[in-house]
Amino acid sequence: MSSFSVGSSDMEAIALGGAFMGTGGGGDPYIGKLMAQAAITEHGPVTVIDVDDIADDALCVPVCMMGAPTVMLEKLPNGQEAHQALQKLEAYLGRRADVLVCIEAGGLNSTIPFAVAAATGLPLVDGDGMGRAFPELQMVSFTMFDIAATPMVIADEKGNSSVINAISNRWTERLARCQTVEMGGAALVALYPMSGAQLKRGLLRRTVSLLKEIGEIIASERKANHNPADTLTARLNGRKLFTGRVVDIDRRTVGGFARGRATFKGMDASVGKTFTVDFQNEFLVTSDETGALLATTPDLICALDADGGLPVTTEQLRYGLAVTMLGIPCADFWATDAGIELVGPGYFGYEHAYVPLHQLG
Amino acid sequence: MFRVGIDVGGTNTDAVIMSGRTVVAGVKAATTEDVMSGVVEALESVLAKAGIAREKITHVMIGTTHFTNAVIERKHISPVAAIRLGLPATACLPPMVDWPEDLRAATGMHTYMVRGGYEFDGREIAALDLDELDRIAGDMKDKGLTAAAITSVFSPINGKMEQAARDRLQQKCPGADIVLSSDIGRIGLLERESAAIMNASLLALSASTVDAFADALVAAGIACPFFITQNDGTLMAAETVKRFPVLTFASGPTNSMRGAAFLTGIRDGIVVDIGGTTTDIGALQHGFPRQAATVVDIGGVRTNFRMPDVFSIGLGGGSLVRRLDDGRVTVGPQSVGYRISKEALVFGGSILTATDIAVARGEASVGNREAVASLDAGLLDKARAEMTAILERGVERSRISPVPIPVIAVGGGSILMPSHIGDLQVVRPENFAVANAVGAAIAQVSGEVDRVFSLTNGLTREICLKQAEEEARGKAIAAGAKPETVEAIEREDVPLAYLPGNATRIHVKVVGEMAGTGF
Repeated sequence: MSSFSVGSSDMEAIALGGAFMGTGGGGDPYIGKLMAQAAITEHGPVTVIDVDDIADDALCVPVCMMGAPTVMLEKLPNGQEAHQALQKLEAYLGRRADVLVCIEAGGLNSTIPFAVAAATGLPLVDGDGMGRAFPELQMVSFTMFDIAATPMVIADEKGNSSVINAISNRWTERLARCQTVEMGGAALVALYPMSGAQLKRGLLRRTVSLLKEIGEIIASERKANHNPADTLTARLNGRKLFTGRVVDIDRRTVGGFARGRATFKGMDASVGKTFTVDFQNEFLVTSDETGALLATTPDLICALDADGGLPVTTEQLRYGLAVTMLGIPCADFWATDAGIELVGPGYFGYEHAYVPLHQLG
Repeated sequence: MFRVGIDVGGTNTDAVIMSGRTVVAGVKAATTEDVMSGVVEALESVLAKAGIAREKITHVMIGTTHFTNAVIERKHISPVAAIRLGLPATACLPPMVDWPEDLRAATGMHTYMVRGGYEFDGREIAALDLDELDRIAGDMKDKGLTAAAITSVFSPINGKMEQAARDRLQQKCPGADIVLSSDIGRIGLLERESAAIMNASLLALSASTVDAFADALVAAGIACPFFITQNDGTLMAAETVKRFPVLTFASGPTNSMRGAAFLTGIRDGIVVDIGGTTTDIGALQHGFPRQAATVVDIGGVRTNFRMPDVFSIGLGGGSLVRRLDDGRVTVGPQSVGYRISKEALVFGGSILTATDIAVARGEASVGNREAVASLDAGLLDKARAEMTAILERGVERSRISPVPIPVIAVGGGSILMPSHIGDLQVVRPENFAVANAVGAAIAQVSGEVDRVFSLTNGLTREICLKQAEEEARGKAIAAGAKPETVEAIEREDVPLAYLPGNATRIHVKVVGEMAGTGF
């Protein structure tokens, strides 16, 4: 039994860790943090449990936000949506959920499950389906373990909800994406209902406690006036890719996503060099002026503000901002043929093959 | 044709008189509790120094940190009805949810949430609940509240619902001071709402402060209109500041950087403003301070004002110089501060300060050089090297490219600056000590658009950017800019993640010279 309790003040570290592991995307977890803190203050702390302590026949349900994080910064949730999505899914399935799951250990979705867990009193499992943030619903470990995203419930603040049954997780993404837009660009969903046995196979373990640890590292390093980059790369077996200033950002909207390329002029050890980072909501690929790859999806490319040491999202990148880019190896299951097919460079339209971080540079 | 620039800081009130692009005279006076008498003293002394007739003054521009200090010190804050239009959305986080307890208490915690607001594409979330607004108006009367802040979801896209709510409230509460968030902030509900509430809570103070400025001018026999500088170094009419005091929050550092740009003619460079205890360092781009990338905290409240990307380091004219047991020498961050004029060696005191080092090395001539003549040369060299290293690190953090750009030294402590910082040339303008008042005197007029555009029906990114720029231009000219001088200084677009329909958020800002400034 290795459960732990998360109180209101712990959410600071979890949100900070979520912003870092969001690899530039997934939105700023600030709103999610405030929601979780409000729910914890009202209902009490959240219990985070180890997956091995879950019964094989338990019903485990991920809850998360879907849509544009920028919309949610303006149209805050009612606060009941995720809970309603969960209740409607429970009604459809004819049984109550036993455990909640964080689908994405990055961005807003690293904090939203805490708000639902506090309100329902359900435990949250220590783990997630990505070990980072990715833009689409099917991009989770559960897809690789043949766990269906549906039946899924999507709900908005007005009381609208619908149940989606789809033939594949890709189809779930397509159908849910349209509804999200009609619901105002952001909606809350409960999906991938699965058994405890399935969760034990599909879950990326202990990433919730990892987020907390990362957040605590960033906070304590900043307090000591250190940039957290070195400590984080050591802890996560990663590598400092470069430090540079944004000299150009080219943003385009392709297929409903924020795609773009940021160009950096090297600083410190990288003076005289130029780097590019491509993103589709999340940072996907980075290379230097010779075209040599430094890191590529599904490995994590994380940005820290070079001055303050805080995580930086793609939308915060702006001309003149100094950023330290870190590469972190992805979870093992992504570095497989099936993982690369789902979230590798080819899926995002790149011609290069996946090369693991530590074989580059 | 003369203009007066005044900077009302926490410690000093500085004033300059300018004619066209020439600084005729500059002075420093002490800031007073009532604000007014310090301004009068600075005005009288600069008029005397310039030796000009007061009726020749055509414009007065004032920069002040008064409203920022009020929030930081929780002083002079009025209670506010904080009204949000957005139900059934947004209920999870009520207004002021992330404020420090004492500041929330100062504004009275009168929060109301009402059905209404817009989606990102302009559809209504719900129709505006007028009956609820009538109930709120009654409640305001019962509680004696005379100020309100109204914030609607996505009001930067469509401000109509906020306006309708204001009109409804005013029917029942005539004369109430009502602030609309769409007049103040950008996308980001909590930050914009917080700014609107802070603004409403400062309205009483801003009315009395702006009146104090007006009274000071009358007392000094100056009858011309006066303006106040805002965060980005552009001007607001005094009457506008009465309505939007929050827009002055970062005007202090902005003015010293803009003043530095003006005094040197440098549009791209790094400004180092050295005071008695700290040094503020920021970068100039196109003659304006580079803005901070992330949210800015004011008195513990998260806001999304555009503020200069300035950081402070603990080095100033009064920084303590110490020799450690291992022979190393440290400078700062402790400082004798404003007591430098008594405690530094060159001023007859007994404490070794950064200023003493500069005087002993012949780099500055203030006070009594004899008092530092016997200092050990090794100590002087080490202290000098340490100060240079601190300044070099600070400048390097603000540098945006390997291209050599000038470093401008301003502020009373800028005698500490060496002639070079690494490979960069240091420029020390005349009147460096009153650069912030000069910055106020030369402030410009701006217009800004920040909104989500939908790139459909043949609309391209370029067309929308142009449309936004035209709109911003119109705003600048309406605010008093000379049309032929208006130019864009910021143009950026951010596609909204995950949304089809190519929704994109465009931000454009234009600036122009104020009509009648004699440039």
